[in-house]
Amino acid sequence: MSKGKVSRREALRRGLWGAAGLASVGSVARAATLGIHTDPHTVMTGGLPQGAGIDPTAFLTAFDYGETSRRPDGQRVREYRLTATDRKIEVMPGLYYDAWTFNGQVPGPTLRATEGDLVRVHFTNAGLHEHSIHFHGFHAANMDGVFEQVPPGSSYVYEFEARPFGLQLYHCHTMPIKRHIAKGLYGAFIIDPKTPRPAAHEMVMVMNGFDVNYDVENEVYAVNTVPFAYQARPIVLRRGALNRIYLANLLEFDLINSIHIHGNFFHVYRTGTSLVPAEFTDTISMGQGERHILEFTYDRPGTFMFHAHQSEFAELGWMGLFEVRDEGVTA
Amino acid sequence: MSRSRRWPWFVLPLALLAALALLVTRGGLLSTLSRGVPPAEELTVERARLTPGHITLTIVNGGPDPVTVAQVMVDEAFWRFTMTPDRTVPRLGRATIDIPYPWIVGEPHQVKLVSASGITFDHEIAVATETPQADAASLLAFTLVGLYVGVLPVAIGLLWLPFLRRLERRWIHFALALTAGLLIFLVVDALHEALETAELVAGAFQGTGVVAIAVLGMWLTLQVVSGAKRSKGEEGREERLRLAFLIALGIGLHNLGEGLAIGAAYAQGAVTLGAFLIVGFMLHNTTEGLGIVAPIAQDQPRLGLLALAGLLAGGPTIVGAWLGGLAYSPLLGALCLGIGAGAILQVIGVLGRLVGRETGGALWTPLNALGVATGLVVMYGTGLLVAR
Repeated sequence: MSKGKVSRREALRRGLWGAAGLASVGSVARAATLGIHTDPHTVMTGGLPQGAGIDPTAFLTAFDYGETSRRPDGQRVREYRLTATDRKIEVMPGLYYDAWTFNGQVPGPTLRATEGDLVRVHFTNAGLHEHSIHFHGFHAANMDGVFEQVPPGSSYVYEFEARPFGLQLYHCHTMPIKRHIAKGLYGAFIIDPKTPRPAAHEMVMVMNGFDVNYDVENEVYAVNTVPFAYQARPIVLRRGALNRIYLANLLEFDLINSIHIHGNFFHVYRTGTSLVPAEFTDTISMGQGERHILEFTYDRPGTFMFHAHQSEFAELGWMGLFEVRDEGVTA
Repeated sequence: MSRSRRWPWFVLPLALLAALALLVTRGGLLSTLSRGVPPAEELTVERARLTPGHITLTIVNGGPDPVTVAQVMVDEAFWRFTMTPDRTVPRLGRATIDIPYPWIVGEPHQVKLVSASGITFDHEIAVATETPQADAASLLAFTLVGLYVGVLPVAIGLLWLPFLRRLERRWIHFALALTAGLLIFLVVDALHEALETAELVAGAFQGTGVVAIAVLGMWLTLQVVSGAKRSKGEEGREERLRLAFLIALGIGLHNLGEGLAIGAAYAQGAVTLGAFLIVGFMLHNTTEGLGIVAPIAQDQPRLGLLALAGLLAGGPTIVGAWLGGLAYSPLLGALCLGIGAGAILQVIGVLGRLVGRETGGALWTPLNALGVATGLVVMYGTGLLVAR
């Protein structure tokens, strides 16, 4: 046994490291006296996977507005194409999951329309199992995706008026539903109010997870599929600018999920169905299928963490960083 | 048929077998049978070493195909790790995973390995404590453990010799029967532990098969060795001394397995070798010394020979404790326990023959039967003290 090891353990025994040191014996404590580490978990998991099926950074701000046209009466029509496919995605470096996807990605594309638009979704099932799409919102019974199951190789067209405005969802509604959602068939569906919300830096965050060993429990947690993605590549925000997160909880198996942002508070627009915030807080819990719009502004530059306040979820992937910069600073 | 014509007929089935194997592996038969289903993966954590701020696992792939470790979780958190020689462990291959983790003394930790296909393998560190390293201090500690629970108790048991010498012949037979009882208890105990340990062995290494080979292999070896000597027509005295040494060897091999188990448990923090446990082992193993001297009670063995027999029986405990503490694996454990069981099994047979011959065939006198029963009960009673 080397002398160094003995003396370090001796130091621990004497409590020189204090409580913080005790909680992090080993490499972290050895690294520096203050222990400044910006992204411990990306180091831990080996960075970002190459084959995730989405680029988490691009996904934040990717909105599918569909192909637009006008009906004779002037109503705007938006047509979207969603195809269910089976695809093996690399969730974490070296960890592969046999996902079911909309358009090859988990979550599916974020659909966006304005209240009152006529929405037409052309759905094709190119997977090996029956699927459907269930939209949250007002629509006819046969547009609900519950009784009209779409066999492999078949298509279905969903048509309804985009109502009410807010942050809605879409997901497969085929039995066993738990498995069909957990395998990746879901996405966010934003219906903007006719009078747009104030301009802001908008981001979509779909809280999800993966049960990679199929034991009906998640092993992996994330926002937008890739664990620790925004820790490896922090989300850049402008100091003083308004930020808006469209936050949806599509986690299966765990009854509750949450978001907590550091160094700040946010306004909560529950389900996005009101233009008046319901709450001003820094942590909000959400059950399965719940979604909210959050608005906040950072007044200080620097790096701030955001994560599920279920610490277990956080350490299994659901944590990220905001990097708040001054106007004009890009690097 | 001439001798020269013999071998082609031996080789022919082998050649056909090789051709069939080639057909199965190359002829596309496998793809039909596998139905595109991924193979069941199997990883076994053989050993967890804890050093300050680090957990180091030795893992074995006991499944049919190579397994790639994609991620490692400790206590439900993804954690950084390095793996040597490679992330992918070939069939029957071994690898080492080093995890820099601030483990907490005295608390359990859960390690979960996640394979590339999402299969998870759990390993529980029951009580986190620093694993002894192969340095002078821990070697000394394990030597002391072996000395306390093996060498010294057996040596003390040998000191019953003068007492036995003063006994009537039928009471010596009682002592021999008691020895047989002790040994039968040890065999059952060792077999049970061997098979239990075999459960932890990675599948492909067939722990149960290893135990069977160890038990019967040892038994056959000793049968042949002791049988060869007897055919030379020994005097009764020499034969009894030989039996004493056979018993010492059998007990020694058993104590090797016992030392291994104690050393491993001690190293992994699963047991605290408290005063009670040590005293229990002392009592338990002192009776083993009695077993060694029972056959030679009527003779005048030289002190040097006695010491040698004692060392043969008790010494392996030290070696076992070293191995168990520093290089334990379930496979090694099952092997040693099996060898011990096989050796004792053989000795029981020899004991029975000896008493049978000396009593002129009247082996099962009430006193002898009582001896066997007493031996079993004594072992059970002292075993209560070492329940772990």
